[in-house]
Amino acid sequence: MFDKIWDSHVVHKISEKEFILYVDLHLIHEVTSPQAFDGIRLAKRTVRRPDLTLATTDHNTPTINRNQPLKDKIAELQLKTLAKNCKDFGITLYDMKSPFQGIVHVIAPEQGLTHPGKIIVCGDSHTSTHGAFGTFAIGIGTSEVEHVFATQTIRQFKPKTMQINLTGSLPSGISSKDCILWIISQIGISGAREHVVEYTGNCIESFSMESRMTLCNMSIEAGARAGMIAPDNITFEYLKNRKHSPNHQSFEKAVKIWSTLKSDPNAKYDKVVDISVENIEPMVTWGTNPGMSTPISGKIPELASFGSEAEQLPIKRALQYMNLEAEQPISEINIDRVFIGSCTNSRIEDLRIVRDIVAGYAVNKTVQAMVVPGSTSVKKQAENEGIDKVIKDAGFEWRDAGCSMCLGMNEDVLKPYERCASTSNRNFEGRQGHNGRTHLVSPAMAAASAIKGHFTDIRSWKFKT
Amino acid sequence: MKPFKKLTSTILPLDRSDIDTDQIIPKQFLKRITKSGYGEFLFYNWRYSSKGNPNLSFELNDLKYKDSQILLTGNNFGSGSSREHAAWALLDYGFKCIIAPSFADIFYNNCFENGILPISLPNKIIEPLMLKCINKPTFKITINLLDQTISNISSSKSLIKFEIDSARKNTLLKGIDNIGETLHYESKIKAFEDKQGKYKGILPF
Repeated sequence: MFDKIWDSHVVHKISEKEFILYVDLHLIHEVTSPQAFDGIRLAKRTVRRPDLTLATTDHNTPTINRNQPLKDKIAELQLKTLAKNCKDFGITLYDMKSPFQGIVHVIAPEQGLTHPGKIIVCGDSHTSTHGAFGTFAIGIGTSEVEHVFATQTIRQFKPKTMQINLTGSLPSGISSKDCILWIISQIGISGAREHVVEYTGNCIESFSMESRMTLCNMSIEAGARAGMIAPDNITFEYLKNRKHSPNHQSFEKAVKIWSTLKSDPNAKYDKVVDISVENIEPMVTWGTNPGMSTPISGKIPELASFGSEAEQLPIKRALQYMNLEAEQPISEINIDRVFIGSCTNSRIEDLRIVRDIVAGYAVNKTVQAMVVPGSTSVKKQAENEGIDKVIKDAGFEWRDAGCSMCLGMNEDVLKPYERCASTSNRNFEGRQGHNGRTHLVSPAMAAASAIKGHFTDIRSWKFKT
Repeated sequence: MKPFKKLTSTILPLDRSDIDTDQIIPKQFLKRITKSGYGEFLFYNWRYSSKGNPNLSFELNDLKYKDSQILLTGNNFGSGSSREHAAWALLDYGFKCIIAPSFADIFYNNCFENGILPISLPNKIIEPLMLKCINKPTFKITINLLDQTISNISSSKSLIKFEIDSARKNTLLKGIDNIGETLHYESKIKAFEDKQGKYKGILPF
């Protein structure tokens, strides 16, 4: 599949390894684009294909009191700069007032812009999300953003391919978030470096598009260049009747072509990894990178299990930062905050799960919990389904769409030493706030821990509805 | 972009693996709309206490290494966020070369876009070199990009070769503007777009 997409986008072959590839969709946001716009202005260049470029505001955007002026003037300047740049170069912008605004990796699929077979780039590492549709989607730096503006192409060294074949069937109550945290714990945070990962296996075939996006989203956390899943009927059904999907006759034609993209049965990969999903439990990270995780029934591992003293050092450091001790049971870790959101887990399916868990319960009095929908459309849909009411009744804050506390660029940050159960993708030091402590979990696990005040096994959750 | 040809410098040893770009340049400094001035925020959360005082146990605050233009570090350097601000901060601070056993993909590419040379060397070379730099902060090496060699790294005084893709090497040596290079093929881009036209709205190709 990867080769088919690659080959069909080669504009020029520079050498055996380096290619110029055409970009079908360029997504931009306020944080990684201003310097690229400056660059093209300085060089007296222009945006070659504004019609293939889409902008939104997400990273810096407040999730509360949007009708008031921004408190953060530097952030406000960045948002205004994006608006001016989009106006100057004729690029469509979904700004804070738009009904289509949201996290860049949530809005492109929901608007029907992410199609199988496309090459999609964005100045954001979680662009890998779009691979769930059978696209080759990669995060790029700002210099490359400038390159795409000027040429609508990217220069790429051809990556290697890696098949991650998920064997067996996923136990009930286990989400694709648990699945990807398990995969990263198995192959390591640089286990897929220099590779494009294609996920295969029966359990993928039954995953919804939302679940597939979660899986591909965190491929970057295993170091992958991109994550991909072959398009199938679930993909086509998702795309049908979306705003920018091909309509009627052309849709049928498109499905025919999209259906040819899947990897051939005898496709060769540079690396093949089989991972059994039969015994996956709800996962919780305990350290300062996404590979440091353990099942909910487990404990913080003993230092000795990491080998030599040198190998134990980063673990020691992580436990010190997280204020945790070896052998501590995961279910006994108390939390102060819950964040449900981010490009990993903020789609309608995630919010429905949260609703089911919290219905009839109240957020623990020791916990401050918030839900940040991935897009304004997701927010509206959830409100139409009455999800917001259930969540608010339970005591969660119900915010406007954006990246929010996934990276804490806006006001949504942890206070020093606060401990958070988060559905986001990175538990790096200081990621959610200076000296903040992040545990990555699934939406169900985050919701349940908000109620209990500590991590708890959602497989034995007593639903009240 | 300034060309990179040859560099002689002391080395700052930062003996940690998996340093992510959130550590290199924390998020609160990503709100600027310029490319310059990020050096003072490099490794901010490790470099300063929450009150803003320098954390003296952190390597960057060790004056013995203040002129080092080479950063020596652990595996998987630059993982996580694609923020090019990480490369801008390293360069603005004064680092022109980073030596590590391995680099995260997006960061690796961002280095070349900014004239920084990232060199991957095996652990068996990195580990003793790390010790040497910790014990002898005045220790200097010379990196010659054209020959792909590092001198003075081992006690035998022989040169050590390093690997780098020839196209990437050329970009650094000449300080090439990639966009200008790609625009030489504009007719091919145009031809690709013309061919794409007939499938408009169905497929990108």
